[in-house]
Amino acid sequence: MRLLALALHRLLWFVPTLLGLLVVTFVISRVIPADPVALVAGETATPAQVDALRHQLGYDRPLLVQFVSYVGHLVRGDLGTSLYTTRPIADDLAARLPATIELTLVAMVVSVVVGIPLGVLCAVRRNSLLDHALRVVTVSGLAIASFWLGIMLQLLFAMRLGWTPLNGRLTGFPPHGITGLLLVDSVLTWDGAAFGNALAHLALPAATLAVPALATLVRFTRAGVLDVMQSNFVLYERAMGLPRSVIVWKYVLRNALTSTVTQMGLLFGILLAGAVVTEAVFDWPGIGTYAVNSIIRSDYNAVMGFTVWAGAIFILVNLLVDVAHTLIDPRERTV
Amino acid sequence: MSGAWFVLTRVARDRSALLGLVLILGLVIVAVGAPLFATHPEDVFELHPAKRLRAPSAEAWLGTDRMGSDIYSRLLFGARITIVIGVIAVGASLIIGVPLGLIAGYYQNWFSDLLMRVSDVFLAVPQVVLAIAIAQTLGPSLPNVILALSVTYWPWFARIVYAETRSLQKEVFIESTAALGASPWRLTALHVLPNIVSPIIVRASIGMGFTILTAAALGFLGLGPPPPTPEWGRTIAEAREFLPDAWWYALAPGLAIFLTVMGFNLLGDGLRDVLDPRLRRGRSASDG
Amino acid sequence: MAEGRGEGQAPALQLLSVRGLEVSFATDRGPARVLDGISLEIAAGEVVGLVGESGCGKTTLARAILGVLPAGAACVHAGEIVFQGRDLLREPPDVVNDRVRGRAITFIPQDPFSSFNPVFSVGTQLMDLMKWKSPRRQGGDGGTHWPALLQGYPRARYRADRESVLDVLRAAQIPEPERALGRLPHEFSGGQRQRLMIAMALLPRPDLIIADEPTTALDVTIQAQILRLLRQLVKERGVSVLFTTHDLGTAHEICDRIVVMYAGQEMESAPTEAFFRRPAHPYTRRLLESLPSADGVIRDIPGEVPSLIDPPSGCRFHPRCDYVTAACRAFLPEAYDVGPAHDVRCHHPLAAAAGSVT
Repeated sequence: MRLLALALHRLLWFVPTLLGLLVVTFVISRVIPADPVALVAGETATPAQVDALRHQLGYDRPLLVQFVSYVGHLVRGDLGTSLYTTRPIADDLAARLPATIELTLVAMVVSVVVGIPLGVLCAVRRNSLLDHALRVVTVSGLAIASFWLGIMLQLLFAMRLGWTPLNGRLTGFPPHGITGLLLVDSVLTWDGAAFGNALAHLALPAATLAVPALATLVRFTRAGVLDVMQSNFVLYERAMGLPRSVIVWKYVLRNALTSTVTQMGLLFGILLAGAVVTEAVFDWPGIGTYAVNSIIRSDYNAVMGFTVWAGAIFILVNLLVDVAHTLIDPRERTV
Repeated sequence: MSGAWFVLTRVARDRSALLGLVLILGLVIVAVGAPLFATHPEDVFELHPAKRLRAPSAEAWLGTDRMGSDIYSRLLFGARITIVIGVIAVGASLIIGVPLGLIAGYYQNWFSDLLMRVSDVFLAVPQVVLAIAIAQTLGPSLPNVILALSVTYWPWFARIVYAETRSLQKEVFIESTAALGASPWRLTALHVLPNIVSPIIVRASIGMGFTILTAAALGFLGLGPPPPTPEWGRTIAEAREFLPDAWWYALAPGLAIFLTVMGFNLLGDGLRDVLDPRLRRGRSASDG
Repeated sequence: MAEGRGEGQAPALQLLSVRGLEVSFATDRGPARVLDGISLEIAAGEVVGLVGESGCGKTTLARAILGVLPAGAACVHAGEIVFQGRDLLREPPDVVNDRVRGRAITFIPQDPFSSFNPVFSVGTQLMDLMKWKSPRRQGGDGGTHWPALLQGYPRARYRADRESVLDVLRAAQIPEPERALGRLPHEFSGGQRQRLMIAMALLPRPDLIIADEPTTALDVTIQAQILRLLRQLVKERGVSVLFTTHDLGTAHEICDRIVVMYAGQEMESAPTEAFFRRPAHPYTRRLLESLPSADGVIRDIPGEVPSLIDPPSGCRFHPRCDYVTAACRAFLPEAYDVGPAHDVRCHHPLAAAAGSVT
């Protein structure tokens, strides 16, 4: 019951921030440009067409009225129509969502499974060779432009060595689509070949995407663990002779993780932001490629539609992480 | 000023921070002295189609690009672009964000709430997403990139300053001094500013690295300064179609970005280690 | 204080015997000699109070005996910590961690608020302690070759241990022990948490409890309660206690014997009554005089706490002592026997009659 109240309280933050996002995107798309209609109409439209469009879309109405209508459309899930595909943008995005989710999930799993234990090890063996080496690696990982990393990985593993495919999500026929996630679908339909194929295609993009996330996770886990190790309760556990591995991997990690969960939201932000350019590099048929192609084609509606959609997702994720943090930290529950 | 000296000496003792400082200084020297160091400074604007896509040689240290221009020389001039973008974008964010944060923290009214809601948007959504929207709207150019980056980064500064100002408001001595007739600006200058200098410096140095990466991403997507500007991100995009043969073409600008961002990250980390113990450890996001 | 022992027990029978322990901490301005050749003895079943001002090294000594000094900063230069005949400083660390820490020697920390892990229930923390430190646990409880994390908790022992836990919780006057196990630490008050700490310290059936200022963080009204409870429980079980405190009143309440520390050394060691009635060290006398007294006059000890980085030569107290002589400045005094089980580290111990206070 208490939890529900807390969750609702957090939800109160969600609505104004989402509204804020809409204000921002509205300002960007309708207030800033010299002629917003021209942007929407595309480069090939004639002035007469632009004028007609202006009236048809209602861009000649007062700004406040436009904003209300804008919000109205968005609340109904209408993100506008793509100039290029002439389909509703929401549909375009929905179609490409599973690909992005699969890539992001795999990258996240890799980051978490590798990153957290490494972070703990670094903290426990502070200033050892491992710690210093990993420090160099993580700082480097955060300094590399992910699109460049993707290109370099392609160059080495796909072009030069031929170990992985160059781009795309799959070669050949996809497994029968149930979730839209190729790995899951191929397991569910017992399609071993498709599974292997999908995995091979996932390798490079997921690795590229995971690098900054992994680096961040290692650093934060290390800092969190070091912080917790200073606590009085760790001193007590040591003084009472509990085995070191139990202290570190059961007690300390659990405490350090409460802050790591908050980092998960941040992680998601890093991953999705990276996905935009990484997908472009690997021709991954996801939302990122959609955004990039829209940029190239000057499909203005699509770009803005993507922005609103992505922004809303991020704000939502932030909210979920907040709620999750409340769940994980028992102290917050009974306060 | 002695504070600055203290910080400098402590940073100098940290080897990785020192390395960062060296890298940054290297970048600055290279950028400023580009005309001197470049072997073919004219290649920023001239084209030599006959010499296109040559491998690194004595004449062209890093080879030539698809227009026949010397990659090495263009890279050096690209450093200028990078510095300009980074410094102006972060600087502008600072100039916008700090006063806004001060005002919001001081007055604590509807304006503060509004400001924090708006900041929440920019802090929740990654810089790259909104920067793309802005750059796409305004069109690809150097000023537009800088604008897009500044507009998306100022909330980071505003938030720090707001938090600090607000906590100071709660101190009783502020009320009493104000009651005695001290002007609000004097109060601010004396009490708030010294406390925010450290976190601002840390945020600025860390922000430089991330801003440069976002700028490169925008350039890669074609939303940055248009050709013939030798922006690093755009160069990588150009180089893509000539892989795997002309691999040096794509490698060089990426390495340049890497070294630059590495420099700022190392320095930022070092500054944070020195300055942070003296402040409340705000476990702020790994940034953007 | 091994030398000069009169009719006291022979050293070999002491439960704990610290001899000449020197521990220094690294600081910006050089190493600080926090423990400067301190010696201390505790007999079986004895409650010994370690009294001293803040910064005199009480907590450091407690941590040194437990072996949990901060690894980077602290350095043990010299001395022995002989527990049940074996020098803890020279025994294999994993043996010490397994058999001594949390088993033969347990710990009651100063701050009950932060010494519990906040995200695990009290029951989990108690049973985890019993899993590794229960008296029922055999040395190789079937599977010590497994890494610690993977080792299981045999059913039968678990149930028996849980009963023991509930018994001790009742003895420590924790209300509703069964429900308490399921609660989180922050759901308990400070006094209750310290009772839990006492319970945890007793469960492994230790021979010695190191209690580091266990009542300092509590409300004055509860302090007496906790002290009495602790004394009752340890006396019932014949457990020795090293009880550090800066408060003489507390020491008087609970201790059989009191040792006064100053600048990293022990100054005087005496049975409680003798300590209060016939203090032999000038510092002790000053301490006793500085207690709030009936006439309301506050008597401070003149001078300042000495620097541990550059301590005074000879007797560490000489700059502040009324009876200082050249010998005091030049030579560090040895421990002299001035009565039954009563030792003083002073060149000129006060005559018994002259130094009498109540």
